[in-house]
Amino acid sequence: MSNRTGLVTSADMQREVEQLLYHQAEVLDERRWEEWLNLFTEDGVYWMPASADQQTGEGQPNIFYEDHYLMDMRIRRVEHPYAHSQAAGHRTSHVVSNVMIKNEDQASHELVVTSRFHMVEYRLDDLRHFGGKYTHTLIKLDDTYKIKLQRVDLTNVEGPFDFVMQVWL
Amino acid sequence: MPLDNYNNLGSLVEPERVHKACYADEQIFEKELENIFYKSWIYIGHESQVPNPGDYWTTWVGRERMIICRDEDGKVHVLYNRCPHRGTLICNNLHGNAPKAFRCPYHAWQFNMDGSLRNVPMKQGYEGIVDLTDPQLQMKRAERQETYRGFVFASLSSEGPSLDEWLGKGARAAFDDICNRSPEGECEIVMNCFRIIQHSNWKIFLENQLDAVHPSITHHSTGDAAAQEQKIYKQKTGEDPPMGYQFLADFTLPYEKWDSLDTIGHPYGHTVLAGYMGLRPKDPITVSHEEALTKAYGAERMNAILSTNVHHVLVYPCLSVQPPLQQLRAVRPLAANKTLTEIWHFRLKGAPEGIYERSLAYYYHVNSPSTMVNADDLNNFRACQDGLSLDGGGDWVSFHRNYGQDPVENGITTSVTGMSEQPMRNMFSSWKEYMSV
Repeated sequence: MSNRTGLVTSADMQREVEQLLYHQAEVLDERRWEEWLNLFTEDGVYWMPASADQQTGEGQPNIFYEDHYLMDMRIRRVEHPYAHSQAAGHRTSHVVSNVMIKNEDQASHELVVTSRFHMVEYRLDDLRHFGGKYTHTLIKLDDTYKIKLQRVDLTNVEGPFDFVMQVWL
Repeated sequence: MPLDNYNNLGSLVEPERVHKACYADEQIFEKELENIFYKSWIYIGHESQVPNPGDYWTTWVGRERMIICRDEDGKVHVLYNRCPHRGTLICNNLHGNAPKAFRCPYHAWQFNMDGSLRNVPMKQGYEGIVDLTDPQLQMKRAERQETYRGFVFASLSSEGPSLDEWLGKGARAAFDDICNRSPEGECEIVMNCFRIIQHSNWKIFLENQLDAVHPSITHHSTGDAAAQEQKIYKQKTGEDPPMGYQFLADFTLPYEKWDSLDTIGHPYGHTVLAGYMGLRPKDPITVSHEEALTKAYGAERMNAILSTNVHHVLVYPCLSVQPPLQQLRAVRPLAANKTLTEIWHFRLKGAPEGIYERSLAYYYHVNSPSTMVNADDLNNFRACQDGLSLDGGGDWVSFHRNYGQDPVENGITTSVTGMSEQPMRNMFSSWKEYMSV
C-alpha cells in the first residue's frame, strides 16, 4: 500500500534514491543510452499511460510501453544517420524534484518512489515544455537500485501534441 | 505567377503540377473551408463513441466546432457547439457525459441532446417577446447527418449528394472492409483518441498517405532499427519477435515491392492504396480469425473477406482509413499551415483477442505520440510547408511521376506503378472541381 505521505526512511536511503533519479535525468539529457538501459532491470519497463486513470499498460493504448528490446530499438533509431528529424539538433533538460519514498515492501525490499519532473526540449529553434509525475518501482540488485517499472504520468496526457516524443521523458 | 485573381483558381492546378499557393495561401485556405469542408461530407465519429444517453465528444468541421452525442432514445445527433443565447461554447471538454441535458456554463440555458431548448432560467423575461420553441433559440444541428455502418458523417450544406453516393464504391470499401472482418459485422471504437498537430497544410498529409516512394527513404532509420532488433530478439530469446517489429521493418521494403502496388483513384478524390503487409499469414491468431469468420459466414465468404487487400483508403478530404489494421486518422484543418489529426482504432466484435492486439501494436508503433514512424513524417510535413511558404525559389509543386500513363475507365483511375503520383493528381482534380464552383 502506498502512503499519502512519504515514508520516514533513513536519510541514506532517501539520498540513494534521489541520486538514482538525478542520475537517470542526467544520462537522458546527455544521451548516454547504454547507461540509460542499464538503469533498468532485465525485465524493466518504461510506461507512459494514455490516460491518467489507467491501471495497467497491457492490452490497451499507451503513449510509451517499452521493454529492453523496444528501448534498444528506439536508441538504434535516434542514433541512425538517416533519422533526419533528429538531425536538426535535439537537446533536453530535466529537473526532478519532490522525491518521496511511498512504500517499502518488507519481504522483497522493493521501493515505490514518486517524484515530479519538468523538462524543456530544444528543437528547430523552438522550446517545448513537459511536466508530470514519475512513479518508480525500484529493486536492489547487487547492492544497487534498479528500475523495475517507471510510470510517467504526463500533465497534458490528452494532448494535442505538437510533433511527437521521439525519446523518453 | 501573380496571384491577384483568386476567382481563377483553375490556373493554380495543372494536370501534372500545382501552384504552391494551394498549400500556403490563407485566402485559398478560407475558400477551401467554404467550398470543400463546409460542402462535402465530413467524418464526425463512430456511434460506439457515445454508447450511453448524454455521452458526447467534441470535434471540428473546418473551423466549426461540433458535438456528437446520444439522446435518451438512443439516437445520435451532430450539433454545433454553440449556445444560441450569447454564443458560448457549450461543451468545453473533449468528451464527457451530460446527464439529462447540455447546460450552458454562462446562463444555464439547458438543451436536449437533439439541440432543442429544454429550460431557461427566469423565463418571464421572454414572455410575449420570443417563443422559446423558436428554432433560433435551439442549438443548431448539422445541416445533414448520415451514418454508414456505424460511421457518422455530417455535411454543413443542406444540398449535395447523399452520403452513400458521395462515398461511392471506393470509399464505402473502407468501412465494409473493417466491419466485414468482424464475425458480427460490426466494429467498436476503443475509447482513446491520440491527437497530433501537424505544422503543415491538410493536403500534405493526405498526399503522403498514398506516396509509396517516401517510406523507404523517410522511414529508413526506423525500418533499419526494427530489422536489427528483430535479429537481437530472436538471438537472445530463441523466439519470434512480436509482430510490431515487422510493421516497422516493412517500411524499408525494396522499391520493386512498392512499385508492384496498386493505387486507385475514385470520384470525389477518394483514393485507395492496395495492401502490402501480408496480414494473412498462417499464424494461430489468423487461423482462429478464419475459423470465427467461417462459422459466421461460411468458408467462401470468409475467403473473400480476408483476401481484401487494402492498406489505406483516403476519404477525401477528411479521413485516412486502414481497414485491416482497424484504424483511422481524421483530418481537421485549422489553418493553411496547421492541421489536427484525431487518431482512433477499433475492435472487431466477436473476433479473437489476437486480432485486436495486432491493431493495438500498429496503433502504438505508427500512431501514438511516441511513434518512430510519424516522427519523421511530421518533420517532412513541417519542412514542406516551410519551403512552400517561401516567396522565391520557385512557384510549383511537381506531380510529374508517370503523368499521362494513368489508365481511366468509368471514372476510376488506376496506376501503372504503385510509385506513380496518380493519387495526388486524382485528389487535385477533385480539388479543382470543388474550388471552381
